[in-house]
Amino acid sequence: MTALNTGHEAVSSVTPVRRRAATRGRAGLAGYLFVSGYAILLLAFGIFPTVYAFFLALTNDRGQFTGLNQFIKVAQDYRFAPAFLNISLYLVMWLLSVVVLTVVVAIVLRSRMRPRLSAIFRFLYYLPGALAGVASVLVWLFMLDPAVSPVSWLLRSLGFADFAAVLSPGDLPVILVLIAFWTGAGGWIVVMYGALNNIPDEVLEAARTDGAGPWKTAWHIQIPMIRKWIAYMAILAFAGGTQLFVEPQMLQTASLGRVSPTWSPNQLAYVFAFQHGDFNGAAAISIFLLALGLICAALLVTRSDLFKVDES
Amino acid sequence: MKSPEPAKPGMRRLVSRSAFALLSLSAAAMLGGCASATQSTPTASPSAAFKPAAQTAGSQITVWADSTRLPAVQQYQKSHPDVKMNIVTYDGSANGSTYLQTKVQLFDRTGNGWPDVVFGSPTDVTWASQPTSPSATAFAAPLDANLVPQQTLDGFAKGSLAPCQFNGHTYCLRNDIAQVVLWYNKTLMDKFGYQVPTTWEQYEALGEQVAKEHPGYLVGAVGDTNSQESYFWSSQCPAFQLEDPATLKVDLADGNCTRMATLLDKLIAAKAVTTQGFFSQGFAKDPGGSKVLMANGPSWYGQYLFNAAFKVPAGQIAAAAPLTWEGETTAATGNVGGGVWMVSSHSTNLKASTDLATWLTTSNDFQANAPTYPAYVPAAKAWLANPANSKYFATDISDVFQQAADLVWTGWSNTKFSDATAWSNVVLPALTQGKTLTETLPQWQTAITDEAKSVGYTIATK
Repeated sequence: MTALNTGHEAVSSVTPVRRRAATRGRAGLAGYLFVSGYAILLLAFGIFPTVYAFFLALTNDRGQFTGLNQFIKVAQDYRFAPAFLNISLYLVMWLLSVVVLTVVVAIVLRSRMRPRLSAIFRFLYYLPGALAGVASVLVWLFMLDPAVSPVSWLLRSLGFADFAAVLSPGDLPVILVLIAFWTGAGGWIVVMYGALNNIPDEVLEAARTDGAGPWKTAWHIQIPMIRKWIAYMAILAFAGGTQLFVEPQMLQTASLGRVSPTWSPNQLAYVFAFQHGDFNGAAAISIFLLALGLICAALLVTRSDLFKVDES
Repeated sequence: MKSPEPAKPGMRRLVSRSAFALLSLSAAAMLGGCASATQSTPTASPSAAFKPAAQTAGSQITVWADSTRLPAVQQYQKSHPDVKMNIVTYDGSANGSTYLQTKVQLFDRTGNGWPDVVFGSPTDVTWASQPTSPSATAFAAPLDANLVPQQTLDGFAKGSLAPCQFNGHTYCLRNDIAQVVLWYNKTLMDKFGYQVPTTWEQYEALGEQVAKEHPGYLVGAVGDTNSQESYFWSSQCPAFQLEDPATLKVDLADGNCTRMATLLDKLIAAKAVTTQGFFSQGFAKDPGGSKVLMANGPSWYGQYLFNAAFKVPAGQIAAAAPLTWEGETTAATGNVGGGVWMVSSHSTNLKASTDLATWLTTSNDFQANAPTYPAYVPAAKAWLANPANSKYFATDISDVFQQAADLVWTGWSNTKFSDATAWSNVVLPALTQGKTLTETLPQWQTAITDEAKSVGYTIATK
């Protein structure tokens, strides 16, 4: 009995190691194959364009090396500061709302609602995200025009008599956050819900035994335990946010030009490239955006230990 | 589960090391002798050396037209079945769109894809007549260089080809003129017992009278992307005045600008002129075209705005000659749009392309029934003689149109940037917020000069 026992123990302690080693060996090729599709696309549409952008940003249209002059030139452009101011305002509002609201909604769905009802809500929240970006802008153009909106009484009671009044420059960040939240938040609610599902029930039970109410549990247990997910969401939401283009561009066209054609830095880069024919200046703006995204990501990654692998 | 542990020192070192590398790299770049970042300017008169692409007789030509001009192109195809054509509809550069420019920039980089014949706005010719980069050829072909006979070019209305001309060459054929006239609803005017004004002062007085006696009725709207052309161009305001090809005069403090701003401010305050646009969403429903008593606007307002958009019944709308200012003997008027046809210098079938562009602008087969007033004089005569173009109106519009066509003020130039951008995204939002035009003029001035400088103009204010 003892011998058998020890034998069994020995087996059980060895197999996992051996199995892991075996999978690793075979995984070599299969893994690379799985990754290759993405890696090739990343090289073709991510890395190569970035390198090309650096090349363009450091030269002029005659191919001469210009050092930082392209960056200085675009930074001194009269549209540069307003565009970056607009995008900063938008990012602050968008990040705050996406981080706070999705986490709160996910916690409510996870802890304060019956599972079936919660599933229905998750589906409903996700639905707008399934629409393409352009389609969702069209939906909002419809919603925000007092002449055709189903909630025109609300718009009128807020003092917006016509579409032009709704689109006044001060309201734009709010409108764009509304559109972005409506399309983007649902997916993140589902992801956060999944993250909360990962927290073992014993931990939550232990908290309850120790007398923690739902809000204390959320604040002290659930949120700290999904911190990495929140950081991950913040990085992606920030990167997506700095690249805002389709929404203001559509609003610009739909409002017959009442919205500035260079509202966001990405639009400014577009104008530089395709109206001034200045691809070098456009590349310099894109490098500014890249730097902004990298700095923010580096801060969040180091602060939240996002890339630390759990080995326990 | 992760254990609480401070960030790895390795990561910190990596970050600081790469930051140091970046800094030293940029420092090196700063110290090195660097070339200027300004765009190179294309050499003057590139057209002198216009070399057509290798020609293939009978090859397919690609035509880009807006939806309004599409039937014209289709009509040509029907009457010329042997010409191989690929017809594409696009926005036609309306409302300051830069679609065509964007695409040509891309085609210039990829080296193919250019359409053979395009319909565009006069603004398009400013960039299409010059190469977009040192290695590119200007998109528009110089049509006077053995393509279109001089006799045909001479047949266009006085000054109507001016937007097409650069460095002594003609790069486009003008499709239509959009001279500004005073539109009014004759039925309403008669009912209210009002006289049609002939001066701006009378117009202003009548507007204030309408506001008192018939509130809700309008004598104008300033909220369209082109309202500045109807009002400030007609007022001879030097907002976009090219003194030479590189110097733009922008002086909105000029009396010709302030007099119009003051007049409109009074009428806006009285609610006789709306800050909405005639073409803005919802206008046709609320307040609706039946509330429009007068509209100072282009010749195409008649068919497009009153007939098609507002659905005002036939026999009500009439046009009067452009308004004058008291003390000024001759009237001047504005121009709102008026499309052009360009032929691509990259076309491999210049013969068919030129023939199409010529037919579209000069043939009575099409122009006599065109939706807009033809720029080609014989075609304009045929257009006016066509009862379909006049039967909608309450009075004969021929004299008014012909007279106004010669009065278009030439001091509002065709610039490398659209005159609609600053007006639409600086002036109009300010008006919507309740500011007056007079207090917005300095902002408009700044917006125009900023935009002009960014495309290389030197600014003159006096």
